Amino acid sequence: MLIVACIKQVPDTTQVKIDPVTGTLIREGVPFIMNPFDTHALEESLRLKDKYGLRVAVISMGPPNTEVTLRKALAVGADEAILLSDRAFGGADTLATSKVLAEAIVGLAQKEEVALVICGKQTIDGDTAQVGPGIATRLGYSQLTLVDHIDSLDLNARKIRCRRKLEGWHEVVEASFPAMISVLREINHPRYPTVPMRLIAQDAPVTLWDNNVMQLDKATIGLNGSATQVRRIFSPERTQGEILGEGINDPGKVAQLLIGKLVEKDLLFI
Amino acid sequence: MSPNVMPFAVIFVVAVVFFGWSAFKRFRLITLGKADNRFNELGKRFWNMLFYAFGQRRVVARPFGINHFILFWCFMILLIANAEFLLNGLFPEYIDLALLPSGLYYALSLIFDLVSLFAFLAVIVAVIRRLAFPPPNMDAHSRDAFVIISLVGALMLAFFGLHASEIAHGLEPAASYMPVSGFIARTVFAGLPLPMLAWLIFIFWWIHAIVLLGFLNYLPYSKHMHIMTAIPNCFFKSLDKVTTQPREEFKKESVFGVGQVDYFPWKGLFDSYSCTVCGRCSDICPATSTGKELNPRLVIHDIKENLFHNGPLLVKGEKTTLPLIGAGCEGSVSEASIWACTTCAACMEVCPVFIEHVPRIVDMRRDLVEMRAKFPEELLSFFENMEQRSNPWGIAPAERTKWASGIDVKPFESGKTEYLFFVGCYGAFDARSRRVTLALSRILNAGGISWGILGKDEFCCGDSLRRLGNEFAFDRMARDSIKMFQERGVKKIITQCPHCYNTLKNDYRQYGAELEVVHHTELINTLIQEGKLKLNGAKNLGKLVFHDSCYLGRYNLIYDAPRQALATATGQHPVEMERHHDKSFCCGAGGGRMWLEESVGKRINVARVEEALQENPDTVCVCCPYCMTMFEDGLKDKDADAKVQVLDLAEIVDKTL
Repeated sequence: MLIVACIKQVPDTTQVKIDPVTGTLIREGVPFIMNPFDTHALEESLRLKDKYGLRVAVISMGPPNTEVTLRKALAVGADEAILLSDRAFGGADTLATSKVLAEAIVGLAQKEEVALVICGKQTIDGDTAQVGPGIATRLGYSQLTLVDHIDSLDLNARKIRCRRKLEGWHEVVEASFPAMISVLREINHPRYPTVPMRLIAQDAPVTLWDNNVMQLDKATIGLNGSATQVRRIFSPERTQGEILGEGINDPGKVAQLLIGKLVEKDLLFI
Repeated sequence: MSPNVMPFAVIFVVAVVFFGWSAFKRFRLITLGKADNRFNELGKRFWNMLFYAFGQRRVVARPFGINHFILFWCFMILLIANAEFLLNGLFPEYIDLALLPSGLYYALSLIFDLVSLFAFLAVIVAVIRRLAFPPPNMDAHSRDAFVIISLVGALMLAFFGLHASEIAHGLEPAASYMPVSGFIARTVFAGLPLPMLAWLIFIFWWIHAIVLLGFLNYLPYSKHMHIMTAIPNCFFKSLDKVTTQPREEFKKESVFGVGQVDYFPWKGLFDSYSCTVCGRCSDICPATSTGKELNPRLVIHDIKENLFHNGPLLVKGEKTTLPLIGAGCEGSVSEASIWACTTCAACMEVCPVFIEHVPRIVDMRRDLVEMRAKFPEELLSFFENMEQRSNPWGIAPAERTKWASGIDVKPFESGKTEYLFFVGCYGAFDARSRRVTLALSRILNAGGISWGILGKDEFCCGDSLRRLGNEFAFDRMARDSIKMFQERGVKKIITQCPHCYNTLKNDYRQYGAELEVVHHTELINTLIQEGKLKLNGAKNLGKLVFHDSCYLGRYNLIYDAPRQALATATGQHPVEMERHHDKSFCCGAGGGRMWLEESVGKRINVARVEEALQENPDTVCVCCPYCMTMFEDGLKDKDADAKVQVLDLAEIVDKTL
């Protein structure tokens, strides 16, 4: 049985700047990393592999250099890496992305039964949290989002029980295979690759599936298959506020000053 | 004088064969170790051996070392006497001191007699010390030690018994030249009948022979094996100061680090044979003395025990049965010990026989990190931040220049700027250290130095990665940095962090980078001594205490420059703490410990701050961003941060401009 971990290579957003003239991301010199949420999805897949002996395949849709990130997944113990890359996939929004990923999972499921698809809750560049649910919807899988703990996996009964972290409470839910779960960062601490594994991963095969392989209708993928188009990207302008009570050390006075100001600005009602 | 040639010959041959077999068994295990060239520059090595082994230079650095010095030289001189004794026992007709010209015979008799007395007294002193004033970190009451001391004592007693009874019998022509034996003959054996004396000669002769051969055969099985290994260990000692670790080559199928005893270099194994368990390393170790599991003496001991256990299996081509790391018993080093080391190198600085503890600990860290990815949890984000953003905190590299906003700082350009100011991660990102960076930049400008920075393109030097055993990540970062230096034409570098200094200077040399690296303490001192800085006297410093950074002092022998700079700039010589210069006590942050929690025992920085507070200082002067952080935290811990300020040397000099 197979676990499919979906990962995305993203620009290191702490280092991203937006060109104020063109309104696009300045990508030059910005390093790419594995989407932090996805590192937890991958780790959870590997833990299930260690515990239950399932195989782990990682898939990622992106430009050819995504191979670097897929190799990182191989270095920590993924069994197989598939890169979904084609010019026709480019410019995709979450709808078109989930299409390609779902079709890839269908492709994998033809060879081996897929038990779980594990995604990170969201990416740090798009921040939509839509792709995981999109995949599940397209495939008709159960979807368990916002998972912060996997309680149990029953291979005989083909069931998974997890805990979802919601605002203010937890929910324990159970689903039958195949299921898609999206995970939070709290779920685990990702492992660090050993050097022998890194060296092996350096020239381990990464399978490329382009549209010649996948044969998807061009109207459903890439920019054509996207329901949203980006009109403009911009950084909100920041103006410096007012400095209150500089040099005052008495916390009581500082609080009084602050409360007075908030009331004055109609931000606090007494 | 030996009436026992045949029986003695048999015993002698058996004893020598058994000793040879034991020694072979022991030393064959050394050959299991990995290659390590310690046969270069033989002249220098020979001199080291004379100075440190025969001169006992480091042994006598401690007052009680004098006793060892006496025993050592008595032993050396008595080697001749004992060789004569054994050979005389075999060939009484041909080998005998009495066959020498009488002048020489008398002189040697006098020397042996007196030296035996000194040896006996040294043994008595040693016993009294072990029983009455046991040193804390020496296993003072070990059975092994008392067996050896008793054997040496017994040998001396047998010597005197033999010679005194011979003198009383009238058989010793050199009697009047043997004051001690003569005295015993006159007081103890006087008036005994001749047959009785002959019988005593017989008894003492055999006691002497058996004890001597027994001693020989006991050596390979005891800690006193150092009698055979300490002298060669001084010969094989590292010719340079041990400031770095060997590189690793990253090929598939290779093994990285040391997770099995035979992966150590052979010298590492030989070191373990040379340890006499004197405990000096444990005394000075910041981890041991603050209650951590690490004890450098025991690390070396465990390596030896592991080799004894696994070596014979490895020789036979079998698998090891006792893990080198983490088995929780003697002969296996605990992970907690391995991670507790600050790589301060105090242990290596005091070891009389130059055992290299720190590289062995890093070897084992490499195994844990590189082969098993097993390390304290805190290090995960540290390693990832380093690999992704080339700094410990994972801050965006663009912020490396933030300290310089508002002042005019030039980028480094080959031909236009002479020095690269390698600001370092702390100097660039840490709010407190940025003040040091600014102070130093003002000094550089005041001194007319032509300098520039790499800004956001500067990488971390990788020091902590290397000391933490993450050689793979270090290797990549070092290559990146060196490539950048070459591309930009960097040849001369100023650092404000001793860790950057040591890494750029000593570690990068392994990559063929010939950089002229100068630490700011040296540069500032040079500027002051050359009169290039106009100094107007120190303000508000009060009593000033100086703390040596390990990576500046012990690693790179920079002790005087900061002191001299301070004295000239402030008009007062800094006050020394109890432990200073090469005995200085680590702040607790080296070796990557900066990025690890310290939850066991007393905090090392608190111990050091307490030592500083004994001097009632107003200001503590440091020369390292790690020491700065550790001192400031320690002072807060002791509620003394309002009373005592911590300043970097650069800040103090900057105040006087």
